[in-house]
Amino acid sequence: MRIRSRLAVLCAKMVCAVIRILGKGSGSAFPGYVARRIDPEILSVLSGMVRKKIIAVTGTNGKTTTNSILYHALKAEGQKVVYNSMGANLLDGVISAFIQAAGKSGRLDADYACLEVDEMASTGVFPGLSPNCILLTNLFRDQLDRTGEVDLVRDRIQKAAEEVPGAVLVVNCDDICSWTLGWGCGNPVLTYGISEKLAEGLPGGPRETEFCPFCGERLVYTFFQYGQLGIYRCPGCGMERPRPDISASDIFWSGGTCSITLDGHPVRAGARAPYNVYNILSAYAVLCAMDAPRGHFGETIGRFDYGNCREGSFRIRKSRVQLYLAKNPVGFQQKLFLLLKDPEPKDVVIQINDTRLDGEDVSWLWDVDYRVLNRANAATVTTGGARGGDMELCLKYNDISCKYNRNLKETVEKLTAEGSRNLYIITNYSGLYTTNRMLQKLQERGKDGVCHETCYRTSVSGSVSSV
Amino acid sequence: MRLVIGHLYPDLFHLYSDRGNVCCLQKRLQWRGIEAEVTPILFGERIDFAGMDILCWGGASDRGQEMAAGHLPKIRQDFRAYVEDGGVVLAICAAYQLLGRYYRTEKKKVEGLGVLDICTEWRPGRLVGNIVLESPLFTAPVVGFENHAGRTEIGEYTPLGNVLFGHGNMGRGDYEGLVYKNVIATYLHGPLLPKNPQICDVLLKRALKRRYGREISLDPLPDEEEYRANRQIAERYTRSSV
Repeated sequence: MRIRSRLAVLCAKMVCAVIRILGKGSGSAFPGYVARRIDPEILSVLSGMVRKKIIAVTGTNGKTTTNSILYHALKAEGQKVVYNSMGANLLDGVISAFIQAAGKSGRLDADYACLEVDEMASTGVFPGLSPNCILLTNLFRDQLDRTGEVDLVRDRIQKAAEEVPGAVLVVNCDDICSWTLGWGCGNPVLTYGISEKLAEGLPGGPRETEFCPFCGERLVYTFFQYGQLGIYRCPGCGMERPRPDISASDIFWSGGTCSITLDGHPVRAGARAPYNVYNILSAYAVLCAMDAPRGHFGETIGRFDYGNCREGSFRIRKSRVQLYLAKNPVGFQQKLFLLLKDPEPKDVVIQINDTRLDGEDVSWLWDVDYRVLNRANAATVTTGGARGGDMELCLKYNDISCKYNRNLKETVEKLTAEGSRNLYIITNYSGLYTTNRMLQKLQERGKDGVCHETCYRTSVSGSVSSV
Repeated sequence: MRLVIGHLYPDLFHLYSDRGNVCCLQKRLQWRGIEAEVTPILFGERIDFAGMDILCWGGASDRGQEMAAGHLPKIRQDFRAYVEDGGVVLAICAAYQLLGRYYRTEKKKVEGLGVLDICTEWRPGRLVGNIVLESPLFTAPVVGFENHAGRTEIGEYTPLGNVLFGHGNMGRGDYEGLVYKNVIATYLHGPLLPKNPQICDVLLKRALKRRYGREISLDPLPDEEEYRANRQIAERYTRSSV
């Protein structure tokens, strides 16, 4: 190993330690920056020491959860795995994950690396990372003020994949946007998909395309899962959704868990949100593509905590408080579905901010179908946050009565004091951390509250780098 | 009374939630006891111009615009006649560009409808961000969000407003959008109308006048939420300059 690379790792590790001692953030990105400044080749040097396979996970929704499933699945097989657990998914975050896994000498002892990579950062990350496998989860509109158009995101990922032509591209073939991306680049492709309806009554959300990318004819769908995901075909040129290489079937929901037959094997998961079936399936498809050991996959996904990856559950006074993250219309729509699935009376609070991490453009709020709130047994709806006014206005024009209070803490204290038993808080990205902290404090303060640590992770992919 | 709102190509021009404008037009008629029918016109479908009171057309990706281009010659003449006859049009972003003579994207030239004598050129560096205008047509500031790579020169046309904060048509921070007869064309998403109810009501009044041949005054609405959302943007970005 070159002296320069060793020095880079050593300095970055020292920076890590300093950040930790000072308590200034999680150290999930800045050490990578330091290492890269000392040795611009550091990512390829470190990734070159991974003994078996390197997996990159990208796409709009499901990156953090799927990458975490992959990590736990490989750990369960006794593999040593590098992974960006803090979800820092830009170039420096990816390098930092390797720095943290490496020893002081700069040596890396790892069988696999599983790295979540931001879509727009993919062109900068893939050449140095040299993944053996790229998982593309899906493509939906998300932070358009940062990305411009969904087409531009698509082009970016395609370009990045073509930089590493040997990498197997694992794509969701139910998503026409993902599938045509795979079709368009020269990489070997493995598809996964679901040929039956994920769940009854799943609300749709916006579709990114309704037209055949080859001939421009309007696509015909047998059914939609959500967004543009579904079973499509083109009556013009005969293009149709391919038969997936890896599929999930016999999906059955009962009592907060779901049972699935995965490539012929029955498995059970404690997942409540239907989209998690795609997350599980895509992780499994990656393991197949990499011919990785997967004898314990069923146990892993049975144990995996789907709820706490991004969000938390709290008890404040007599109220069960559920915190959800919703940062784009398809994600928001899926969270509203979970509210609908809970038949108990509830109060709903929606907090919308517009920092650079959230996306400064909040017009996407109008792409969500809020009518489900009318059927979700919601006693009150309150909006808040810097753009709570936009949320309130959007609900008004969708005939949902609501109140506005910019101060979220005040709203929560008031609702729980007035005896709310069941409170849902939906927030976009920047509010997640502060709200989680605030709810923990309120929980600890309440004398009948059970204090427990709530873990939460999510990806940081805004243009603001986190230390 | 009754108005028909044609929602143009919701299956192709749907990128930045501009359907909120259609919803706003419809609700503000209904709240005043005026019947409002929304007719979605899917891409490729015939437009019954004679039956339309307001045409609402939103944003799309560059690729979406290129797809639409082949279809535009079929509607060019009727669209122009509708506009010249005082037909009400709200055109946002991609639709604004396509009302002009052409839009030269990064890769090719898309021929527009030529309803307006303007042209748009793609330039590197997207113009993205919150934007606030002052317009002689309205007492309240006009707020929205712009996100466009095209630069549009409007020549002798009247702009929708002067930019108090943001980039504007050319990225120079001078003017934004244009008004021609009963057409309002602009880059502003947000969506535009809910946070700027005055613009919505002007469009409704003009459509009612054209349909019924006389001035029809609209009952005032409380608009508390509308102006709260408007102020959250206007005050944040123009506090020092206004």
